[in-house]
Amino acid sequence: MTDATDPGTIPAQPARHTSGSLLTASARTKRRNAAEARFKAYGIAAIAIAVLALCFLMSSIVRDGAGAFRQTYASIPVTVSAEVVDPKGNRDPAEMAKVISLSYGKLLDDSLKAWIAAENIRIEGLSDADTKSFFSGEAPARLRNMVLADPELVGQTVEMTALTSSRIDGMFKGRVTEETAALDSKTSVAQFRLAQAMKENGALVTKFNGDFITKPDASDNRAEAAGIGVAILGSFYMMLIVLILALPIGVAASIYLEEFAPKNRLTDVIEVNIANLAAVPSIVFGILGLAAFINFVGLPRSTPVVGGLVLTLMTLPTIIISTRAALKSVPPSIRDAALGVGASRMQTVFHHVLPLAMPGILTGTIIGLAQALGETAPLLLIGMVAFVTTFPAAPPEGFFDPASALPVQVYNWTQRADPAFSERASGAIIVLLIFLLCMNLLAIFLRRRFERRW
Amino acid sequence: MKSVKLTVSALAVIAASASVAAARDQVQVAGSSTVLPYANIVAEAFAENSGFAAPVVEGGGSSAGLKQFCEGVGENTIDVANASRKIKDSEIETCKANGVANIIEVQFGYDGIVFASDINGPDFALTPKDVFLALAGEVVVDGVVTANAAANWSDVNPDLPAQPIMAFIPGTKHGTREVFEEKVMKAGCEESGALDAFKAANADEKAAEAACIAIRTDGKSVDVDGDYPETLARIESDKNGVGVFGLSFYESNTTKLKVATINGVTPSVETVASAEYPVSRPLFFYVKKDHIGVIPGLKEYAEFFVSDAIAGPGGPLSSYGLVPDPELATVQQTVADEAAMQ
Repeated sequence: MTDATDPGTIPAQPARHTSGSLLTASARTKRRNAAEARFKAYGIAAIAIAVLALCFLMSSIVRDGAGAFRQTYASIPVTVSAEVVDPKGNRDPAEMAKVISLSYGKLLDDSLKAWIAAENIRIEGLSDADTKSFFSGEAPARLRNMVLADPELVGQTVEMTALTSSRIDGMFKGRVTEETAALDSKTSVAQFRLAQAMKENGALVTKFNGDFITKPDASDNRAEAAGIGVAILGSFYMMLIVLILALPIGVAASIYLEEFAPKNRLTDVIEVNIANLAAVPSIVFGILGLAAFINFVGLPRSTPVVGGLVLTLMTLPTIIISTRAALKSVPPSIRDAALGVGASRMQTVFHHVLPLAMPGILTGTIIGLAQALGETAPLLLIGMVAFVTTFPAAPPEGFFDPASALPVQVYNWTQRADPAFSERASGAIIVLLIFLLCMNLLAIFLRRRFERRW
Repeated sequence: MKSVKLTVSALAVIAASASVAAARDQVQVAGSSTVLPYANIVAEAFAENSGFAAPVVEGGGSSAGLKQFCEGVGENTIDVANASRKIKDSEIETCKANGVANIIEVQFGYDGIVFASDINGPDFALTPKDVFLALAGEVVVDGVVTANAAANWSDVNPDLPAQPIMAFIPGTKHGTREVFEEKVMKAGCEESGALDAFKAANADEKAAEAACIAIRTDGKSVDVDGDYPETLARIESDKNGVGVFGLSFYESNTTKLKVATINGVTPSVETVASAEYPVSRPLFFYVKKDHIGVIPGLKEYAEFFVSDAIAGPGGPLSSYGLVPDPELATVQQTVADEAAMQ
């Protein structure tokens, strides 16, 4: 011990013993603390980048797409001149039906000119082209339907609220300004001023556009009339088919694999293949669908039944994997107890295991459905990217009628020339995101509400 | 195993109900993305006015449309193929081999092809020669064939702005590319005298023509495989860009694009119709004659498409940018007679 008291003879000690108090951090501790702080900062930065990207994406979609939910309408008295709609003057519905909707444009044009004169609105340089292109192409078609439904209207003057063209509509959404109107070949400064004058007069209103949700797609000349009605219905039908087919098949397959199948090489191969299928790019399922369902089975193109079958194939692995995970999480003691009191294996599964696994199965199914709802690539190949203006009939016949789908409608609209379609594409994205959000919320709700923990 | 059985039985059920549900009652159309907007406008107006079910129109491109068209006869095949070029002999052969023997060819109008640049950029007054000299892979300098070294538009023609050459041209899958090569590159090649020099250098005449339409690969010309909105987006991000568009697309986007004149002529429906503007092409659709009478409304659709009220001057197609066919009356007769191609 005497050696120890002699500082001269103490052997060189490791550095940590010389640092002294625990309260002052050593260089090494400082380094480790700094590394931890840096790591936290990286994590926060990563989250911040993700949140910023999401905010940017959301705000740009909402900014571009909010306009789709509002639309500009004009209300003027329209004179249904007999010369145009009933040239023979005999009020014969068959004769009147021969006058095509485009001819009714003249009625709106004449009525607008008469209204401008009556209201004493003077616009310098207002040309025939300006009044002719003022209303949407959809307005004459609607007027024609009104007149054909009620031939009494011929010769009368009716107050009509009609869609204006996409350029007029753009003037009240900031898409078209006086400067761009001067450059635009589809509108003019005079038309811009006319629209402003009509707005002051109260004949033009921009209001909520429910038609965007309920009406079908419209052609490139009528961006203002295009809606996502057929696309929503088509997507709904496809989801219905996916649910009807994928849920029972997926659950049956996973119950068999999990509870009954012997563990041998064959089931291992199946298991690996299911995991692989879940990772196969969706376009591959589209190619398969084209070859199997359209060319081989002979199902009609562009129909929800083909889309639904393709998406079913795509969703099955997701459902099987999540169902098996849900079945696995049911503790063996439940099965043992059921078997112990004399239940058969079938009774064990259907009376005890399956009900307990149900929340997990439903969650997996809903997430699989949400994935299928947003899927575009396989639908490109089976003709869903089509211009469809008629609503499919009620199921089951409706499954075989042509329809569109929400994500392909978005794709379709981004390919069109009129700038008003990009606004509607963003509007459709908003609707699609709301649907996805609702489905995910439902999945979370089901899990929270019914899940049991052991 | 159970899943396989279930899948098979599900498929069987669906196949059985499909045969019950069959009997398609609407016309199906597919093909050129240039013709697509016109076909959409016609389909919509046709459904509104005729009482027939609305035709279903798909895009996909001329070649893809004709390929589907030639797959055979029957309700599972399309009735009409849209094309921005004439059907090829090889395609007619395929059609015949698959039983599609009677095809009605309908040429319903013309489409102009324009060069356009950013609205705030300088004006371009191009000639096919300028475009050839700016974009060709090889040009002739002092009688010698050399790789194209032009960096600015002013290098090829002192009257053009001193702006770096950056062109966005349609990719090879587009029908527009063929017209661009034919009407602009080849014409410019001849005009500049390069064709003769290529012929002198290559014994083979075909090789000389191929040299005329070979685009430079040093990044100053970019093939755009997407549709016109993509070309527009590229020009918006690269203000020096000059893009190739359809006339109707340009007409819808005049607030963002400035159009170039070709040989001093500004493209418009009128100048294309009078053939003053040189870069244009006919547009077609092809009707399967064997489907007339089987698919309700097919003949009526074709007749409606080429009627004066639709495809004629002042109709909705011309207001969208179609140049009406001056021979429309002959075309209407062809459709009325169901005269198939020979």
